[in-house]
Amino acid sequence: MQLVLDPEQQELRSAVRKFLADQAPSARVRAAMESADGFDRELWRRMATELGLLGLAVGEQYDGAGAGHVERAIVQEELGRALAPSPFLGSAVLATDTLLALDDEAARADLLPRMVAGELIAAVAVAEGSGAWDRTGGATTASRSGDSWALDGTKTAVVAGDVADVLLVLASTPGQDGGSSSPGWFRVDASASGVTRTTLTTLDPTRRLAKIAFAGAPATALTSSDAAAALDLVADLAAVALAAEQIGGLERSLEMATDYAKVRVQFGRQIGSYQAVKHGLADIYSDWEQGLSALRYASWAADHARDELPLAAALVATYVGPAYFRAGTLNVQYHGGIGYTWEHDAHLYYKRAKSTELLFGSPAQHRARLADRLGV
Amino acid sequence: MSVPNGSPTELQEFRDGVRSWLRSHAPATMPTGADLIPEAKKYQAALFDAGYAGITWPTDVGGQGLSPAYQQVFSDEAAAYEVPTHPFTIGMGMCGPTVNDLGTQEQRTSYLPRLLSGEDIWCQLFSEPGAGSDVASLQTKAVLDGDAWVVNGQKVWTTNAQWADFGALLARTDPDQRKHKGLTMFILDMHAPGVTVRPLKDMSGRAPFNEVYFDDVRIPVDAVIGEVNAGWNAAVTMLGHERVSIGATRKPKSSPLEFASLVALAKDHGVAGDPAQRERLAELFAHERVLELFNVRMRQETMAGNPPGARGSVAKLAGALLLRKAIETAGQIAASDTIAWEPGDTRSAELALGINSAPSSSIAGGTNEVQHNIIGERILGLPKEPQVDRDIPFRELKVGTQRG
Repeated sequence: MQLVLDPEQQELRSAVRKFLADQAPSARVRAAMESADGFDRELWRRMATELGLLGLAVGEQYDGAGAGHVERAIVQEELGRALAPSPFLGSAVLATDTLLALDDEAARADLLPRMVAGELIAAVAVAEGSGAWDRTGGATTASRSGDSWALDGTKTAVVAGDVADVLLVLASTPGQDGGSSSPGWFRVDASASGVTRTTLTTLDPTRRLAKIAFAGAPATALTSSDAAAALDLVADLAAVALAAEQIGGLERSLEMATDYAKVRVQFGRQIGSYQAVKHGLADIYSDWEQGLSALRYASWAADHARDELPLAAALVATYVGPAYFRAGTLNVQYHGGIGYTWEHDAHLYYKRAKSTELLFGSPAQHRARLADRLGV
Repeated sequence: MSVPNGSPTELQEFRDGVRSWLRSHAPATMPTGADLIPEAKKYQAALFDAGYAGITWPTDVGGQGLSPAYQQVFSDEAAAYEVPTHPFTIGMGMCGPTVNDLGTQEQRTSYLPRLLSGEDIWCQLFSEPGAGSDVASLQTKAVLDGDAWVVNGQKVWTTNAQWADFGALLARTDPDQRKHKGLTMFILDMHAPGVTVRPLKDMSGRAPFNEVYFDDVRIPVDAVIGEVNAGWNAAVTMLGHERVSIGATRKPKSSPLEFASLVALAKDHGVAGDPAQRERLAELFAHERVLELFNVRMRQETMAGNPPGARGSVAKLAGALLLRKAIETAGQIAASDTIAWEPGDTRSAELALGINSAPSSSIAGGTNEVQHNIIGERILGLPKEPQVDRDIPFRELKVGTQRG
């Protein structure tokens, strides 16, 4: 188990942090979140071409960097710190991992190099209804007519679904010869007829989610030996990537609150000298240290100990989400009135914290999954 | 003095040596009762002879002069064994390093080798009934009388005092100075006339601590550690070692309040499948596991040459809070079986002992409140609270039994 970054990984972190500090300061984040696309296309292009960040966990045969999930988690941490809106989680995490988890070499060779280059955005559509991921494909059905497929149904909370060029969809396929239905993965062109996308109104203005309705939408089946197992792997890797984003945001919330507590004076003293404030900040620090340790472990497991990944992923999902929201809440709280204004960035972290805490299921669902994996 | 950190190959060789030594020398059973101290001294002597005592201590006092990475390797390997080293932890972890840092050459070479080789047991004489978190408000006084200091007063919560040969005593030598300024640290011979040690029964019903009374105890003038009236510096040095020492301590292999024990408890009560209990157990596991992983990460950083320093406070605080969560979970699982059980039901008795001992972790070695302050001030750099008694002569303060 390796929980400490090596010099190259530390260098990656510094480079990404500096890039985002220069290219995604608060004003740019706010401009991006209010723009038509909801993200900064120029930033995305530079992340792909100048820094090569979109294919860190992708093999070199698909033009990736052939690094790993520890490296990708570093990028996610920094994106979470900066709150930079981007399709990274949707395309460079979920869609990339889905293609790698499936067995469709042709789709990989076709899509991954363009995704890594930032020329094409892909998104994964699994959730329905309350947002929970259903391993069966849910109520979305795929029907076959000769060599071609058509999808019917509605997916929701699709990360980067509003801007994706290609959608990877989990749907229920009819059983052979009257047998029971089974889940299958499909590729759908987002601009195809029969695809209706609705950009949802979101609690968190820095990340857009889409509802996507399919009405006889033309689809291509993706080869997969076990569609449900692929989904489980994708979900676990996404939990790790999301935890990284949360740890970065948690750390930044702690820094903002700490910096402010050192300069804000009330009743003749810096508010950070009061134990009520100081102890709350110490608790957030403690959460961060422990959450970061769990994140390093989970991303290490994603690279080096896949048998430990399911438990590690459930662990970070259970621990880190609520910890980030506590930090986001106290960051607003310790800023007092100024923290409650739209102008101040504290609310952006608060909202990102809540949205990420619930994006892939509720804390209760995460705890139940952790209990499952512990054999309790 | 700079110490080479140790290459991976060197550390691995060291690990192999430690592993095989422990396999053949670690006692098979933990000695108890009258056997404890003789066996503990024997084991410490064996460690010393093998070159595993004072791994990071300088060679001129009998240590090995190696980096913390070597100590970490030894601790990792020793964690698999239950060995009787606890009578020496105060001496090895706190008193010894302080004498090494601040003592005279004569003190260093006369006391430290005997500590390392298991001849002497040490205790730390800081806390008093009126001076807990605010140690600098202590009232035990030492007055110079010819060639000796005469000590009167009382200490409390003194671990190992019942076995100790020496104690690091913090006493007030000048009450006309500000409270931090008039203190001096001494090496006290625990067998000297006028030293009385009484066991102190704690809320768990056991007596692992002591009260120590001083009645005109004479300490020779050459037993001062550091300078007269500079005892606070010595205390800060020692408390720094204490944090590292506590941070490096690893929990015993099984506890009635750990996740695995509570899962077994839930199964026996037939509630392991209950969704609410499953969630509680998962939540407890998460907190236990992230703390474990944080400790692993700190150890890996130590191995890489970055000792954790004040971050040890995070581990101590999180450990204390974890116990509270575990107590809550245990009660939800076992319900009234937690509070009443059949004679001979050892598991319920152990669980009750765990519940009744838990408050110690939130108080001993720096309360949770003090740990919060350490994290806030030393790690996050937040300002200290104004200290109203800092610039007033001790004699004028309301502390302990003194009313200014």
